[in-house]
Amino acid sequence: MSGRGILAYGAYLPHWRLRRSAIGAALGNGGGKGTRAVASYDEDTTSLGVEAARAALAGRALAPRSVFFATTEPAYRDKTNATAISAALGLGHDVLAADMTGAVRSGTAALLAGLRGDGPDLVVCSDIRTGLPGSGDERDGGDAGAAFVVGAARPGDTAAPLLAEYLGGGSASDEFLDRWRLPEELSSRVWEERFGENAYLPMGERALTAALKATGLTTADLDHVVVTGTHARAVRSFPRTAGIGREKMADTLDATVGNTGAAHPGLLLASVLDDAEADRVIALVVLADGADVLLFRTTGALAAHRPARGVAARIASGHADVPYASFLTWRGHLDRESPRRPEPDRATAPPSHRLGDWKFAFTGSVCACGTRHLPPQRVCVSCEAHDRMTDERLADVRGTVATYTVDHLAFSMAPPVVLAVIDFDGGGRFTCELTDADPATLEVGTRVEMTFRRLYTSGGIHNYFWKARPVSATAEGEQA
Amino acid sequence: MSSHGIKDKVAIVGMGCTPFGEHWDLSVADMLVDSATQALESAGLDKPAVDAYWLGTAASGWGGMTLSTALKTDYRPVSRVENFCATGSEAFRNACYAVASGAYDVAMAIGVEKLKDSGYSGLVKTMPAHDGTMGQLTAPARFSLLAPAYCAKYGVSLDDFKEVMTRVAWKNHYNGARNPRAAFQKEVPRETIARSLKVAGELGVFDCSGVSDGSAAAIVVRAEDAHKYTDKPLYVKALSMVAGPGNGPIDPDYDYTTFEEAVRSAKDAYAQAGVTDPRAELSMAEVHDCFTPTEVVLMEDLGFSGRGKGWQDCRDGVFDLTGELPVNPDGGLKSFGHPIGASGLRMLFECWLQLRGEAPAERQIKIKDKGYGMTQNLGGGPGDCVSFVSVVGSELG
Repeated sequence: MSGRGILAYGAYLPHWRLRRSAIGAALGNGGGKGTRAVASYDEDTTSLGVEAARAALAGRALAPRSVFFATTEPAYRDKTNATAISAALGLGHDVLAADMTGAVRSGTAALLAGLRGDGPDLVVCSDIRTGLPGSGDERDGGDAGAAFVVGAARPGDTAAPLLAEYLGGGSASDEFLDRWRLPEELSSRVWEERFGENAYLPMGERALTAALKATGLTTADLDHVVVTGTHARAVRSFPRTAGIGREKMADTLDATVGNTGAAHPGLLLASVLDDAEADRVIALVVLADGADVLLFRTTGALAAHRPARGVAARIASGHADVPYASFLTWRGHLDRESPRRPEPDRATAPPSHRLGDWKFAFTGSVCACGTRHLPPQRVCVSCEAHDRMTDERLADVRGTVATYTVDHLAFSMAPPVVLAVIDFDGGGRFTCELTDADPATLEVGTRVEMTFRRLYTSGGIHNYFWKARPVSATAEGEQA
Repeated sequence: MSSHGIKDKVAIVGMGCTPFGEHWDLSVADMLVDSATQALESAGLDKPAVDAYWLGTAASGWGGMTLSTALKTDYRPVSRVENFCATGSEAFRNACYAVASGAYDVAMAIGVEKLKDSGYSGLVKTMPAHDGTMGQLTAPARFSLLAPAYCAKYGVSLDDFKEVMTRVAWKNHYNGARNPRAAFQKEVPRETIARSLKVAGELGVFDCSGVSDGSAAAIVVRAEDAHKYTDKPLYVKALSMVAGPGNGPIDPDYDYTTFEEAVRSAKDAYAQAGVTDPRAELSMAEVHDCFTPTEVVLMEDLGFSGRGKGWQDCRDGVFDLTGELPVNPDGGLKSFGHPIGASGLRMLFECWLQLRGEAPAERQIKIKDKGYGMTQNLGGGPGDCVSFVSVVGSELG
């Protein structure tokens, strides 16, 4: 018994799906079956990570002391991206926010790093995976985020029990070229398939053996086995090599989501946790530049502390009709003519920092008279009192569309822009863009929730802020 | 709050207005020289007689030197003012106050804007450094919120309201077709307006004012000196400028069917001028028809129509050239476009022509007893704007 493990988890899938057949239809060959998840034009790995972490933290009284963020596609280099995630979550300044970026394996490494301490640490893994048009990476990749709060359960803390205990694990590393990319390149290169399989399988066995030895378990003790990694063929052959029955194998979500890189181990683990019963042993096997095996045992607390929206529900609510041309445009592979409007000017550093609680955490102000203000004001719009405000974070408060309009003139990667006036439950109004919305189905009274997005990038600066998105009728029923 | 006004203390004795349009061959300085020259000639004045200048421009130049270098104003004071789309009116208001205070005998208010040099569609705003949270919404999008809100509040079908919007555009183009200074001098069939490409919400291209360049100027003196310069001065009866708290976008009580700033500025101006029944007393009104629904809503905010009745009055021709109260007899922003710094003064220029009986015969309106005209100029968007109202008249008292 390590007494450590998963205290909370959540996953996020973007709204959009690309039918793989659309690739073949456009390019004349390639494509395939099923769909892949596609981050919208206003999402990046940071925003995907924020949404996943919000899903994990929603309604939970957890105060992480660290934020570890893993991705292969950091929005910024040289600068930490976990700080934006931490700020968007309103975690305050007393946290270590750090990135583990560059390789797919960083996702598992971040999770392991968290599990080795007492925490609570927030581990956020997200990725946007694509390749050149027509490539296997484009077809088989996916975009998603997953987040875990890991650490030791404090005795008597009924609000934050262990949902899955970390039993132990094993790792193996080797240096070989299977998948790689030079820093300036847009897509990865891969070596001949059979070489990679030959290199990966012994690493996987080595790590599994180490994990079983460390925990005193045998393969027969494993109830659910997740195998994923950077090499599809090795991932497929590993269970047979390791003598693990097919009935134990978790869905790898290839048909619906695609391989989401650094996020994928977390996404699949979240998916298994969504359905696993208590006292089940879960093995997470990740083949990436070696292999990592993590073993968990679910607890009786899991059932009562799952996130409101599970992976299956998120898969089901995806919108499958993103045109291939839009997908290429959003990923920067198709340079399209812009409207005759100026590109937005950059958000500058001092006001973005000064107003950071507003910009990143969506924190408004509420006057002593009870009137909410978005953005925060010093003088009340209602009673006109000066400086009687307290902060209030409204990121998790839902609202209703009071009125809206469709703007065909405004600059956007995905015109038209939909502007909505949102009245929040419990008071307060804000006027902002709607995203993940079909203008044809919008109406006054549409229910919305806030979502963290990258509005645009200008002058080398990503402009992060919040938009509203429609809440489906089923999601509206979920207790956030 | 006190607002005493300066009724009958100041008079306009000369005005100038360039044609508005795509002036590819004219610079900001050229247009300033053109409108200033016209205004001086109109007043029979030489430039040295002007003691001080107020220049209105939103973004076509900075500082007083935009005018002083163009016009060589001989070391006179030039104040450049900006107040959103009411910039031209703000220049006029300040010049009037300067003369009323006794500080100067003769002042010129001049406005200019060069929009066509940007190469973009619609207005382009230059923002101070910001945190990126205020959005990039266009003016048509903000104003398009009026139509559905109005329909919902007053139980008007969107089709009926769209027909009224179309009629507003049709009426203003009809008037503009009779104005040699307008940027668009053609009547536009209603079907063309109704079917025009959507820009935002229910707004088609023809529901939006155009983009153009232009300049207009006015020379103001103390009322008692007016007849030294002209037999037909226009007396300033009222000036009101209101800046709202900007609560529309953040206050759930705002319903997008009114401009409170216009209501307040009209009320203040009518009190200054002694107007109690604007629809009956005013001979004409130039209002800020930036988008067609704006004009409909303004008819109510300015007291021309009852609440919920503006759309019917617009439909029934009350504000036509030959109607009970002609609105935008010069063609409005719809026919002139909206060179921001010039528009407020362009509205006054139409009062200057009409109230003095100098408009071309085909658009000369009938002048009521008082000889009053008004201008209303709006800057910003619904629930978040500044509004200016002036009343001018051809007689003292």
